Amino acid sequence: MSATRSGARTGQPKAGPLMEFVHRRRRGAELFLLVLSLCVGLGAYAAVGLGVDGEVPADIMAYGTWLAVLVVAAHVAIRLRAAYADPIILPIVSALNGLGLAMIYRIHLAQPDRTPTARTQLVWMTLGVLLFVGVLVALRDHRRLQAFTYTSGLSSIVLLLLPLVPGIGLQVHGARIWVHLGSLSFQPGEISKVLLVVAFAGYLVLHRDALALAGRRVLFVDLPRGRDLGPILAMWLVSLAILVFQNDLGSSLLFFGIFLVMLYVATERPGWLVVGAGLFLAGAYLSFLFVGHVTERVHVWLDPFGDAKGYQVVQGLYGMAWGGLTGRGLGQGSPQITPFGYSDFIGSSLGEELGLTGLMAVVALYGILVERGLRTALICRDNFGKLVAAGLAVVFALQVFVVLGGVTKLIPLTGLTTPFLSYGGSSLVANWVIVALLLRVSDQARRPPPELSSTPEDMEATQVVRLR
Amino acid sequence: MNRPIRNLAIGCLVLFLALLINVTYLQYWQADSLTSLSKHPDNRRVLDAAYSRPRGAILVKGKQIADSVKSHDDYKYQRVYPQGRQYAQISGFFSRDWGLGGIEATQNSILSGDDSKLFVNRVIDLLGNQDPRGGSVSLTIDPKAQKAAYDGLKALGANVRGAVVALQPSTGKVLAMVSSPTYDPNRLASHDFVAVNQAHKDLLANPLQPLNNRAIETVLPPGSTFKLVTAAAALESGKYQPDTMVPGGASLDLPQTTKNLVNEGGGSCGGDKITLTRALQVSCNVSFGSVGLKVGADAIRQQAEKFGFGQRYFDDLDDSLTRQAPSRFPDNPDAPQTALSAIGQFDVAATPLQMAMVAAGIANNGTVMKPYLVDQLRSNDLEVIEQGGPNGKGPEALTEDAISAATARNLTDMMVAVVDNGTATNAQIPGVQVAGKTGTAQSAADRPPYAWFVSFAPADSPSVAVAVLVENAGVDRGEISGNGLAAPIAKAVMEAVLNP
Repeated sequence: MSATRSGARTGQPKAGPLMEFVHRRRRGAELFLLVLSLCVGLGAYAAVGLGVDGEVPADIMAYGTWLAVLVVAAHVAIRLRAAYADPIILPIVSALNGLGLAMIYRIHLAQPDRTPTARTQLVWMTLGVLLFVGVLVALRDHRRLQAFTYTSGLSSIVLLLLPLVPGIGLQVHGARIWVHLGSLSFQPGEISKVLLVVAFAGYLVLHRDALALAGRRVLFVDLPRGRDLGPILAMWLVSLAILVFQNDLGSSLLFFGIFLVMLYVATERPGWLVVGAGLFLAGAYLSFLFVGHVTERVHVWLDPFGDAKGYQVVQGLYGMAWGGLTGRGLGQGSPQITPFGYSDFIGSSLGEELGLTGLMAVVALYGILVERGLRTALICRDNFGKLVAAGLAVVFALQVFVVLGGVTKLIPLTGLTTPFLSYGGSSLVANWVIVALLLRVSDQARRPPPELSSTPEDMEATQVVRLR
Repeated sequence: MNRPIRNLAIGCLVLFLALLINVTYLQYWQADSLTSLSKHPDNRRVLDAAYSRPRGAILVKGKQIADSVKSHDDYKYQRVYPQGRQYAQISGFFSRDWGLGGIEATQNSILSGDDSKLFVNRVIDLLGNQDPRGGSVSLTIDPKAQKAAYDGLKALGANVRGAVVALQPSTGKVLAMVSSPTYDPNRLASHDFVAVNQAHKDLLANPLQPLNNRAIETVLPPGSTFKLVTAAAALESGKYQPDTMVPGGASLDLPQTTKNLVNEGGGSCGGDKITLTRALQVSCNVSFGSVGLKVGADAIRQQAEKFGFGQRYFDDLDDSLTRQAPSRFPDNPDAPQTALSAIGQFDVAATPLQMAMVAAGIANNGTVMKPYLVDQLRSNDLEVIEQGGPNGKGPEALTEDAISAATARNLTDMMVAVVDNGTATNAQIPGVQVAGKTGTAQSAADRPPYAWFVSFAPADSPSVAVAVLVENAGVDRGEISGNGLAAPIAKAVMEAVLNP
């Protein structure tokens, strides 16, 4: 953006280097990487069967075909509807999802009843890919979402409140974040995550100038004006409410984090980060004092071995230590000992069976995914797209950090899913939608600008308009 | 908006780096400590893995007293103890949830195959695509002596509390070590974990404490067997010879008190003045009380310490549950307490192992050897990788010349007299000269006395020294005596060693 601006200011007829640069589609590279990612997913699936039962799973052909069809379908959708989209994002997601499916399959092979949860998860993945294709087909330009700013804001709040409605809300393992409709249950919070990013982006694009006005200056940092604190305080209270009424520390942290980061990106004011960090610390300390399960989490974090409630964390740590550098091998560890080794603690299960090496690879995959998301935000030409892409990338970053950090005892444990790996339909579907949105923004950003008026005369005319 | 996005990217990089560093710390630097059973005994993964591996055998003269056999469940191998009750205190047990005991615990790294001494074998197993197998541990135990000791205590009743220790005087090898009541380690090693839990609970609740190894963990007044130490101190002092005349009347006036020290049974020891030999022969309290007063508490304590009192020198069974209790002689006894201590009463307390070492020291010309139980460590193809002994270097002396050779000879002769025509006639073995000493110790007025017996044979070139303690045999108070209860067991053990 700065390049274009400076080019315009000096009145040069030639556009800046960024405008000149034309992204290649690289769809062939994407297909190649997708084949690699399928090898990861299917190889892991076969290794699990070999490790647990001593033979390749009997349904590997059907399973492999299914997975390949899904991945190829997503690829074709990109080719047809988002030809310029980033070619690395989909292969990463496909590899993570395949690995997650194999790990879920592995843990459930170790359970006495052998419930086919991997199959359920594959069905959810199918739904996720369908929505992915749906988003790419239906949404031709992400800027159209800006029109739904308040709609999505409102619906995300309704979705967040749904679990509190008696009758359909459901408390599972302490957190009241489930909605039960007939035989179907899902976590509306996962969907509202996406809607919130859209709502924040739409709101901030409009109000960024006002929010960027500087207030008092403290220690080289311009703090925002007091009268502009309304939105962030509101968001802070909403996050605390989620924590108190739904017992969901993870989502509370995630929502506040996304808002803060998007606010910073929109206003370019580090002062907001200072205010946000202050509010976060205050909230964290208050909830440590007054919210029972937060106190408990912190105690477990400080001394998991001395606390009876630390069983899960301790088993996770044992598992990862047992895995060591290279892991026990898929199907040859005991990740089933750790409670929820297929969902919240899937990170420790991977660490146990694939070792430090495997876990590092997974973290690196997430790192690249986040980087591709932020890169999309960087090169995007419109502010709304920038905010959406940055917000969605940060959703992944925060989620991965909070979950893996909790599992590895870097920070207190909070209940969030590990994107694409954890067992759980709502989260998987929501994450596929996020990826579709990212790719949509990316396609817009990388697509060569339409050759409308790039003649020198036009540029000059623009210049005149701009000066007047 | 690009500057904040770039900063954001740096922020995310920091977060991910923190994750990577932390997970490296966890899975690389901390991994050893987290998977060490000694630091984290509840790490089920490590337990299960150890549990699923073929563990080395514990051998006694080539026969397994603990072995791993294939089982057809999740754990692949089942630990079995063919003569479980007889060897329980030595072999210990191998349980998943309640830890390890005995040799299973102290030699765990060899038996599990984790020891660095087995590194080469591990590599070979790895290359040959075999499960890593543990090494085996062979013990110094003489199976016949062990059986004789076990049968001897068992014959007194299933619930008798007692212990037997037999040593090879010249080396310190433990030839037999039995503690009663015992338990069945198979019940703790079972894969039926509910039953194991119950068995473990029962063992802990049992007032007779079957998990206790009384041979090394229980210290009790050694009674008249301690007169050997007093006699040794007397002879070493130079003031006494075996034929020195000592008081042998019916009572000894204890200085500073109105009480008198009397003999067992109340009579005199056969005259106002008797020889020291005669005094030992009839176990005369009056004589040894007065000898003790003459020699002094310090000399007796020093002598006792040379035999091993006050020290821990036996760590072959030193696990988290069991630890050798040091025997003791009181620190600053006054005169009457000294007289009582000299006959093994008051605050003198010793383990059966300690009393066996007193006998073994006398038998070994005055040199007390450190006792040890592990004879050899072998790899899984039975190649010897290390000799046993207290420091892995074979036999080792605890005290060179605890008594002089002359004193040792004199004491031997005196002990032979005890067996030949003294208080220990039940220990006589036809055709073999046996040296021995009985003991009947009072602990409290309302508790029956303990029966002790220590001995060695043959007297001229001893190959076995034994100590027997019977704490509670469920017989009449009057029938409790070292000669009646303990000497026959010692005799059986000595015979088992002498007539293989």
